[in-house]
Amino acid sequence: MVTETESTPAVEFIDVVKYFGEWGQRHRVLHGVSYSVPRGKTTVIAGGSGQGKSVTLKLVLGLLKPDSGRILVDGQDVTRLGGRKLRDLRMKFGVLFQGAALFDSLSVFENIALPLRERTRLTEQEIEERVADTLETLELTGHEKKFPAQLSGGMQKRVGLARALQLEPEIVLFDEPTTGLDPVMTQDIYNLFRRTQEKLGYTAIIVSHDIPKVFDLADQIVLLNKGEIDVFTDVAQIKDSEKPYIREFAEMTLGDLFEADSKKG
Amino acid sequence: MTFWVKPFFYLGDNCLYLLADLGRMGIFLFAALAGLFKRPFRGKELLKQLHFIGAGSINVVFFTALSTGMVLGLQGVYTLQKFGADGMLGSGVALTLIMELGPILTALMVAGRAGSAMCAEIGIMRISEQIDALECMAIDPFRYLITPKFLAAIISVPLLTAMFDVVGIYGGYLTGVQMMGVSSGSFFNGMMNSVSNHDIQLGLIKSFVFAFLLVWISTGRGYFVLQIRGAGFGAESVSKVTTQAVVLSSISVLIFDYLLTAVLL
Repeated sequence: MVTETESTPAVEFIDVVKYFGEWGQRHRVLHGVSYSVPRGKTTVIAGGSGQGKSVTLKLVLGLLKPDSGRILVDGQDVTRLGGRKLRDLRMKFGVLFQGAALFDSLSVFENIALPLRERTRLTEQEIEERVADTLETLELTGHEKKFPAQLSGGMQKRVGLARALQLEPEIVLFDEPTTGLDPVMTQDIYNLFRRTQEKLGYTAIIVSHDIPKVFDLADQIVLLNKGEIDVFTDVAQIKDSEKPYIREFAEMTLGDLFEADSKKG
Repeated sequence: MTFWVKPFFYLGDNCLYLLADLGRMGIFLFAALAGLFKRPFRGKELLKQLHFIGAGSINVVFFTALSTGMVLGLQGVYTLQKFGADGMLGSGVALTLIMELGPILTALMVAGRAGSAMCAEIGIMRISEQIDALECMAIDPFRYLITPKFLAAIISVPLLTAMFDVVGIYGGYLTGVQMMGVSSGSFFNGMMNSVSNHDIQLGLIKSFVFAFLLVWISTGRGYFVLQIRGAGFGAESVSKVTTQAVVLSSISVLIFDYLLTAVLL
């Protein structure tokens, strides 16, 4: 049976406007953007650099406030929350940051254990067990005593993902999860993503440059261009779009797929 | 913009920026103090910070105090002998150190050594999104990061100041009495007769206020590294903001020294 909370979107943008820059030289990053992120599904946000992709994630988390519009997470307006309520709402999220944002003075183990130590009442032994479990799933066993600076980029991302998933979040945000990784590691991260999403069933929002590969994961694709958005359900829809800038984008980034299609044909 | 409007524009713009900056720092201070009452209290982190700010500064404070005291001893004898008043050496050295040089030089040394390090640490955590990561895990960055530094500075700077006073007075004794031949009895007698509780209290109050100023400015500048105008981006912004933190805290220590002396003397 589908309950009401299951049918409402996990995150909903309603007419969101965001300016950047200082007074006198402000420019609009988002021009009244509206879309919703379906629950339990994967939404990929793509677009060129500086189009406000990362800003979208920060808006969802309430780290930035929009200049107008509303952002609903589970029906609660993030833009109007503050203090404890905002903190409680953030408990629903796991975030994998662009540079992994691991705490460099803490070891891998301590990094992953931090949310458990700070936000739960688990005993030290339970924490150790849970962290060991995650380390195994993410193939990090044996590295728990290392510090972030001693890890490769791919491993840092994996530790970041492990930390983000510790509190079993409902929604996980990925900010450029594969930037700076080689193709093998990129595939590795995607496989991990699939495995963990299957296991935990979280809603995912992925901001990525890795086009077209990341589209394979997507249930919904959001293209940001000059502050406006277009929402698609799959790559085929992008290719069929009539809008000139989307056609241009598709030809530039999906060139390989076009060729593959024509070969198949 | 016509040329005669420009100066007004920049004046207004800078005033607004200054007001916003002061407001930010005010809110920052409030949040850092509120962190004192939030649980769980981070005792281990406090000890670590006490070790870094307090114990770590002992060497530099010791040598500054010794050399300052020795110079005061030599100069005191030179000046006082002109009036045949070298018996006043003890009270001169002690009062100067306890009321003025002890608090101020300790604060400047700690600002240069620990203040710069705190600012850089927090600045790097900000630009590498570690502070955002804390907020996303619903961990209050003030309780977790800033408040232990505040407490540690407020505890250790007055203690370091007391050590500065003792070592400085011994330095004055070494040069004045041992080298220049002032009588030891008149040195200590003069000191005991002229230094009152009020003088010691004034020195202590000063050191508390200075500790507060330097930790507030250092951590605050690092925390707001992204909002500070003209700081640039990345590593450069942290270096500029660290310089700014040391300069600003030194200047405010000097200004408050005058104000406190004028009010409390």
